[in-house]
Amino acid sequence: MSETMNAPAPVAAGKREKMIEVVGVSRRFAKRLDFAGKLAAKLGAPIREEVVHAVDKVDLTIHRGEVVGLVGESGCGKSTLGRMVAGILPPSDGSILWKGQDRTGLHGKEARAATLQAQMIFQDPMSSLNPRLKVAEIIGEAPLFHGLTKRSEFGAYVDEQMRRAGLDPSYKSRYPHQFSGGQRQRIGIARALAVQPEFLVCDESVAALDVSIQAQILNLFMKLRRELNLTYLFISHDLGVVEHLSDRVVIMYLGRVVEEAPTETVFARANHPYTQSLLGAVPRIEARKKAFVTVQGEIPSPLNPPAGCHFHPRCPHAFDRCRVEVPALKEVAPGHKSRCHLNDLPNHGGQPV
Amino acid sequence: MQPTIPASAAPPTLQVRNLQTKFFTRAGVVPAVNDVSFTVSRGKVLGLVGESGSGKTVTGFSIMRLVDDPGRITGGEILFNGQDLVKSSEDEMRQLRGNRIAMIFQDPMMTLNPVLRIDTQMIETMQAHTNISREAARQRARDTLGMVGIPSPDERLMAYPHQFSGGMRQRVAIAIALLHEPELIVADEPTTALDVTIQGQILAEVQKLAANTGTSIIWITHDLSVVAGLADDIAVMYAGEIAEYGAVADVLDHPLHPYTNGLLGSVPSRNKRGEPLRQIPGTTPSLLRLPPGCPFQTRCPRAADVCRQPPPMAEILPAHEARCFRPHLENAGVAA
Repeated sequence: MSETMNAPAPVAAGKREKMIEVVGVSRRFAKRLDFAGKLAAKLGAPIREEVVHAVDKVDLTIHRGEVVGLVGESGCGKSTLGRMVAGILPPSDGSILWKGQDRTGLHGKEARAATLQAQMIFQDPMSSLNPRLKVAEIIGEAPLFHGLTKRSEFGAYVDEQMRRAGLDPSYKSRYPHQFSGGQRQRIGIARALAVQPEFLVCDESVAALDVSIQAQILNLFMKLRRELNLTYLFISHDLGVVEHLSDRVVIMYLGRVVEEAPTETVFARANHPYTQSLLGAVPRIEARKKAFVTVQGEIPSPLNPPAGCHFHPRCPHAFDRCRVEVPALKEVAPGHKSRCHLNDLPNHGGQPV
Repeated sequence: MQPTIPASAAPPTLQVRNLQTKFFTRAGVVPAVNDVSFTVSRGKVLGLVGESGSGKTVTGFSIMRLVDDPGRITGGEILFNGQDLVKSSEDEMRQLRGNRIAMIFQDPMMTLNPVLRIDTQMIETMQAHTNISREAARQRARDTLGMVGIPSPDERLMAYPHQFSGGMRQRVAIAIALLHEPELIVADEPTTALDVTIQGQILAEVQKLAANTGTSIIWITHDLSVVAGLADDIAVMYAGEIAEYGAVADVLDHPLHPYTNGLLGSVPSRNKRGEPLRQIPGTTPSLLRLPPGCPFQTRCPRAADVCRQPPPMAEILPAHEARCFRPHLENAGVAA
């Protein structure tokens, strides 16, 4: 590495080194017509290819040492965005810059290095670990292939990775099914860290774990961040977890980013009506016999999203403009962006509704 | 409408006493539910909280008498309006289930038949228990769907389960549970797989129901914050036993059992942002190899020699029970 950074210093966001820059990235999934469908369409049947806009023109910058929380309901595109940022899914449009360079333009050694430096940790450790490999092979396979360790040092290298993730190295010749859920997640973490990445995408990495185990894994993430100066994109539907871990929070709804702000700001002064209703729906342990009030309706189908602002059918404040015009993601305060027409109304001026 | 009886005279809807359910597996006998006792009064919500493998679901299944081989209820009583369900015949149970006691599962497809229309399923359920005309049953089905917040219930009655979203499917399952205005609903993690906004909608409906119809509810969940806003009482389960039992405010504000205390401490919102979460070390022990004495002793920061004896369930504070020799009395402001 050419430059060494200390622990995440409170530098102004603009001056910090950009780790990942997502510029106008979209991802579409099309359901291709089969032969019969094509034939029927040729003959005039009203059949067309169905296209899902999973991610729609998203811009996102993540600085070195930062933890960005990505929040949204199922089907909002948060996992698709995470996969593109991690480099395991190419975007349909737009570009993803890794330390200022477009990753698709890199070749050979540089491309490999960029890929290695962004790793992903998945939700279900059982389906992301090969059940027929021993833990040592799962963790050590990639670093051995990429020359990060030698055959002669393999054992010691794997031991170190396991210890760092809180696993007892004496378990290294066991298979994944012999571990509990929390330990399996630790194996997934050890595997991701074994190739010495700088950037981790965690996709619902603690969602499947029990509360007491979840706390252990979250603590591990925070410890690793300090020790290895890691940068995280932390994808979760659990606002409590995101609040605890993240420096900045990005809220997605139906493929678009609707709000982006430092964590304290989101939880104290959420601007977008969707963020507000999401926060209102979170069950809080302090609540006693409270009347649950929540946003009406459900997330619409991404196959046929509503025109204008995607949230308008569920929004308590929607007015005519919301039904026709897509609002732009605008800055409402320094570092705080929101995609809502209400902010253009004279008496709102960036204040929460 | 029932005549107003003084609260003390009204028998509780459900009284579980020293329930034991064991699984006789090839690897050994698994005490999945061990000496579990609790009471649910009319119109009250009991939150049954625990981590995976704590026995909370088996407790729910035991009440429904749905425990399959190799599992068996080996002891205790389940008094439903005074009738002991443990001793009831299979025929008597069939008359109760779906009629006066209903269950809602985590996966609504456990309730719904994928190849039948919703109206068929709902009308069938009603006609199985009451002598009701098809038209009247249909009317009731429509009203019940409306009650759980399903828009245009007339159209939705004609749909198949796969045409509903996950949240809507769970509402249909809840509507089916409500058809006979049961006296008791056992709800097993019904909102765990749903998004927070949908979960909020369903919790709001359930809350209204318990208040308006007097239905008693056992809400089984791993999420303390869900029951915090919903339940009247909480029973925290660990390794097949109830570790702590009491009113929501007592258990959540002054936890006595070190396990409850640890669980509450590990909830992110209870910790300062960015600082390490207080965590319970280790993992849940296998029920096949429980240590002698308190099952929590291997993870407990307060464990002492005395914990090698099994602690009895004791009313440590008024109406606040815990199974612990060394409870956190300081949480309740009582000198140890």
